[in-house]
Amino acid sequence: MNNLSVEHLVGIKELSSEDIHLIFKTADSFKEVINRPIKKVPSLRDITIANLFFENSTRTKLSFELAEKRLSADIVNFSASGSSVKKGESLVDTVNNILSMKVDLVVMRHPNPGAASFLSKKIGAKVINAGDGTHEHPTQALLDAYSIREKLGSVEGKKVVIVGDILHSRVALSNIYCLQKLGAQVMVCGPLNLIPKNIKELGVKVSTNLKEALEWCDVANMLRIQLERQDETYFPSLREYSMLFGLNKEILDSLSKKIVVMHPGPINRGVEITSDVADSEQSIILQQVENGVAVRMAVIYLLASQIER
Amino acid sequence: MEKQVILNAKHLELTLKRLCHELIETHNDFNETVIIGLQPRGIHVVQRLKEQLENILGKEIKCGSLDITFYRDDFRRRETPLIPSVTNIDFSIENKNIVLVDDVLFTGRTIRSGLDALLSFGRPKSVELLVLIDRRFRRDLPIDANYVGKAVDTLLSERVSVEWAEIEGKDKIVLFSKENDE
Repeated sequence: MNNLSVEHLVGIKELSSEDIHLIFKTADSFKEVINRPIKKVPSLRDITIANLFFENSTRTKLSFELAEKRLSADIVNFSASGSSVKKGESLVDTVNNILSMKVDLVVMRHPNPGAASFLSKKIGAKVINAGDGTHEHPTQALLDAYSIREKLGSVEGKKVVIVGDILHSRVALSNIYCLQKLGAQVMVCGPLNLIPKNIKELGVKVSTNLKEALEWCDVANMLRIQLERQDETYFPSLREYSMLFGLNKEILDSLSKKIVVMHPGPINRGVEITSDVADSEQSIILQQVENGVAVRMAVIYLLASQIER
Repeated sequence: MEKQVILNAKHLELTLKRLCHELIETHNDFNETVIIGLQPRGIHVVQRLKEQLENILGKEIKCGSLDITFYRDDFRRRETPLIPSVTNIDFSIENKNIVLVDDVLFTGRTIRSGLDALLSFGRPKSVELLVLIDRRFRRDLPIDANYVGKAVDTLLSERVSVEWAEIEGKDKIVLFSKENDE
């Protein structure tokens, strides 16, 4: 199979495991490309991409931009602050205005869950979801799984625990879908009120004991507490959260095996993960960032190849 | 499909041997020369050349493989996208003489892409082209080979297939033609 089964990347839920393997195989080639003296290929010379960020982002935006530039696409950037969105323009109107400038592909981050899916049904261009509220963040999940595959050889059969604010995290949901499609076992761990009530229906294990969860897993993905999405207080203090669910050197060294530590960023050092762990040999946080560019290049390349000439 | 063998195993070996000696004539001891095979089929030619050259010269010959998928001029013009193969050039090509190798030279478009791809690794001193089969008079671009195993006259509808013992079971080069053509 050389073609993705989907026309847009809205979520991991819509992808097949073959799709994910195809993205990984293509990303392998791009990873080699971005380590060349000239880190650029001319494939997307005639493609224009709009990056629409209705919500703040540094790493994802930079990573998408670099991926697009290394494929030689032309890009336009848009962020909600200082735009006509503030003047009352609707999402479809904003995007259609941008598309009338002949844009082929849209990368969008939006605070509302479902925004990417909505847009993909309304416009003629390809849509890549760069995070829609608390729903999905598919490219993050792909790069996380790709990094596990790179570090451990494969994702199948591995045990991955996702620790932290599962309730507000789009990274958690996309990761659960992606890891399960690749044959991994997934556990979520955190304060019970930050774990969605029906999450067991997705076939994941639930734990509220960090030590127990870490003993079970091969890989721990530490998530940030999404204070900006929390409209009420879920735990007494960050210090208490950190004592119960923060990953520190002491716990890490007390485990019976060496686990791999991941974090999608941005890190709150001293809260969900301590500095010595984040910078340790077991952490693959910076490899995740490098792989992010290769994986996004693969997604863009594969979707762009479907665009009729 | 009708088949016609262009080169059998014995002739292929002779041809490869001759190409090696031609290479040595120009590149002497290969101190400043590296060989790069185009993926997916050029790498098998490189493997054979490398074995022979190392036998004759008694030293290691640096070889690499180059994938040109992302440099093709028919992206989005094909029915399905091509899956890229591995590129492996673990040495600097800066100021080196490069011998680019492929199995069949036809329209020249692959070689054009290969030249582009090659330049992302640096600025070589020179680039030459070696092919096992030259389908002459069939070029779309002004590209020619410096070393040719065998030149053949073919129709556009025909197909040349280079087969290797390690993959297809037998070394041979075959010309396939559709039965209802002339």
